[in-house]
Amino acid sequence: MNTVSIVVCGVGGQGVLTASDIISIIALKGGYDVKKSEVHGMSQRGGSVISEVRFGDKVYSPLITDGMADYILSFEKLEALRNLTRLKKGGAVISNDYEIKPASVLMGKFDYPLDIIERIKSTGVELTLVDGVGLALEAGNIRTVNTVLLAALARKLSFEKELWIKSTLERVPKKTHEVNRKAFELGYNL
Amino acid sequence: MKKVMMGNEAVARGAWEAGLHVATAYPGTPSSEILESISKYPEIYSEWCTNEKVALEVATGASFAGARALVAMKHVGLNVAADPLFSLSYIGATGGIVIVTADDPSMHSSQNEQDNRHYARAAKIPVLEPSDSEEARRFMKIALQMSEEFDTPVLLRLTTRISHTRTVVNTEERKEIPIKKYEKDFKKRVILPMNARTLHYKVEERTKKLREFANNFKENKIEMKSKDIGIITDSISYQYVKEVFPLASVLKIAMPWPFPYKLAREFASSVSRLLCIEENDPFIEGYIRQLGIEVEGKDKVPMVLELNPDRVARSFGVDYGDPVEVKVDDLPPRPPSLCPGCPHTGFFYIANKLKLIVTGDIGCYTLGALPPLNAIDTCVEMGASITNAHGIQLALRAEGNEDIKKVVGVIGDSTFFHSGITGLINTYYNGGIGTVVILDNRTTAMTGHQGHPGIGRTLMGTPGRKIDIPKFIKGIGIEHVYTVEPYDIERIEEVLKREIARDDISVVIVKGPCVLISEFERKAYFYVDEDKCNGCKLCLGVGCPAISMEGDYSRIDKYLCTGCSLCARVCPFDAIVQKEDK
Repeated sequence: MNTVSIVVCGVGGQGVLTASDIISIIALKGGYDVKKSEVHGMSQRGGSVISEVRFGDKVYSPLITDGMADYILSFEKLEALRNLTRLKKGGAVISNDYEIKPASVLMGKFDYPLDIIERIKSTGVELTLVDGVGLALEAGNIRTVNTVLLAALARKLSFEKELWIKSTLERVPKKTHEVNRKAFELGYNL
Repeated sequence: MKKVMMGNEAVARGAWEAGLHVATAYPGTPSSEILESISKYPEIYSEWCTNEKVALEVATGASFAGARALVAMKHVGLNVAADPLFSLSYIGATGGIVIVTADDPSMHSSQNEQDNRHYARAAKIPVLEPSDSEEARRFMKIALQMSEEFDTPVLLRLTTRISHTRTVVNTEERKEIPIKKYEKDFKKRVILPMNARTLHYKVEERTKKLREFANNFKENKIEMKSKDIGIITDSISYQYVKEVFPLASVLKIAMPWPFPYKLAREFASSVSRLLCIEENDPFIEGYIRQLGIEVEGKDKVPMVLELNPDRVARSFGVDYGDPVEVKVDDLPPRPPSLCPGCPHTGFFYIANKLKLIVTGDIGCYTLGALPPLNAIDTCVEMGASITNAHGIQLALRAEGNEDIKKVVGVIGDSTFFHSGITGLINTYYNGGIGTVVILDNRTTAMTGHQGHPGIGRTLMGTPGRKIDIPKFIKGIGIEHVYTVEPYDIERIEEVLKREIARDDISVVIVKGPCVLISEFERKAYFYVDEDKCNGCKLCLGVGCPAISMEGDYSRIDKYLCTGCSLCARVCPFDAIVQKEDK
């Protein structure tokens, strides 16, 4: 199989690394070679965070640069746009419909862009905008946003749905299994 | 068994499989997870040391007594440990000893992008460079073996993209290696000049043997494909080369020092065009040029910042990737910042208000240099805050400048133990004045919340002895030592004003737990009473990521707010109020 490249992005503290971990474990269980990059240290403190996952018969570069990504899974709208040039023509974006204002906006030096969706759409790529918070609350716990978003990506990839659910539940506290299962269904059936 | 492992975890796994006995480190991105992973293997004794020099010396002792030992650090940590490193090169190994250095091209979390392959050449010790986690595991085992076989410490060089990339690893089981019996060996281990002279001859002999080994080392390998183009590469660059030039022949260098001249000459002569693709310095390229061979390298490949497929492709005019076209260069940047409720913020707010000259240090708190706090004037390396402050004061005193009373050195708790203590003693001994502020957040925060001597918990989870910082400083002889609460900025201001005016040395400890550790207690959130808020934006001055302007009023994100109260304390209109119940 040709290598599939997924950029997972968001803001430090949103759970980007856990999400990309789950994807990489599923790819390994699916029998593929897999590589996944992470950021640690200072860059994690509230800054932009990116994790890249690639899987296929044989993967070389762990990094996904311009025009290499098949999918962008973003936990925040601005970060989806920031990383958009990594997407290849014909790729797809799945983004949380959620804004976290960077310090540069809080201090009034920049405006949070109002045309993010228009800019993404203008490139002709497929955009799935997910009301992560709304669906997580519907599932019963705001902390299941990441499960909703992962499920929206799962729908587009070839792995078994049950494998996704099982791998996701392995990473969350036992008492939240029921709400996470519900959140997964909501994200999967968008 | 197949597992997906981070490079750092794979190094730990390899060390465990190779029967490692002792592992030491001081945490530093991107190396920290090596010891954290090792600490999960009960067969290995592991500890956080106070700094990298100490860590290497402890590992050296373990090797003297016949144990297999590993010491891990970030690239700049090896500068701290350079003194024992160069001696150890002469002394050699009894039990295998491997120094793992994790370099940080692109400076994701570092102050420079020094290329530690140079240390191998300078200290005359072999260096191995894995290109993924599986190699990290295997090379760790090879390194321990080489160390014992050639009687040398071995450098295992990782970079951020090796340390922090997860790739597939085939794990094996542990093979127990008995600890060798300790034997006194004066000529080997006491490097008095008379012994060192003999030892240096041995080092040069060893290098000859290692060079021969390098030419036949099966991990230095040629992958012949097209003869039109041949690429010599190492470490993570190998992966980018395979990605961008799938048809090229490749010489993958796993051991760049001692350099395998014979192998390189053989490869160069079998291809019509020769490229050298490596990150940062032209280390390998230099050796190819020494052979008088023409090579395309750093004239095209960037020296600054890490490589990636796009940069490798563009260096040689290759088309790679088919990106969508969209304007993104006007987006608001999102650099890292201090967390909501960070116990460092209050001090920086006051330091900025009092227009102090603040010499900074290495940690999360270096972010206090950024707007709106703008509170730090200098940051050099671990421990430099206290010594830089003393030096600035000497210069100001010489010219009779009044600003001498505005100089404050600021250092974190873990950094204080790492290398702040010697500087503080120096200032005290030499009759220096001024105030040192220790931001004690009860952890080594930036690298992922490791313990240190002020915490009283060891890496292996056992209770350790705990050092009381104020008591320790008073023990030096410093009289004026005060501890303040991190959010009580009125008190911080009062104490700072009093202490900087003093004609003596003083230490102020701002003590409160990092918001990301379990000791921190989140309180009920604050909100803005719009009837009282007049939109003066003073609260934005604390630089809290939870506060923003919404129209004419400031607004606090209740999910981000930790209830620290800093913003309420700076609001002159009492417009920021705490919610009664959580």
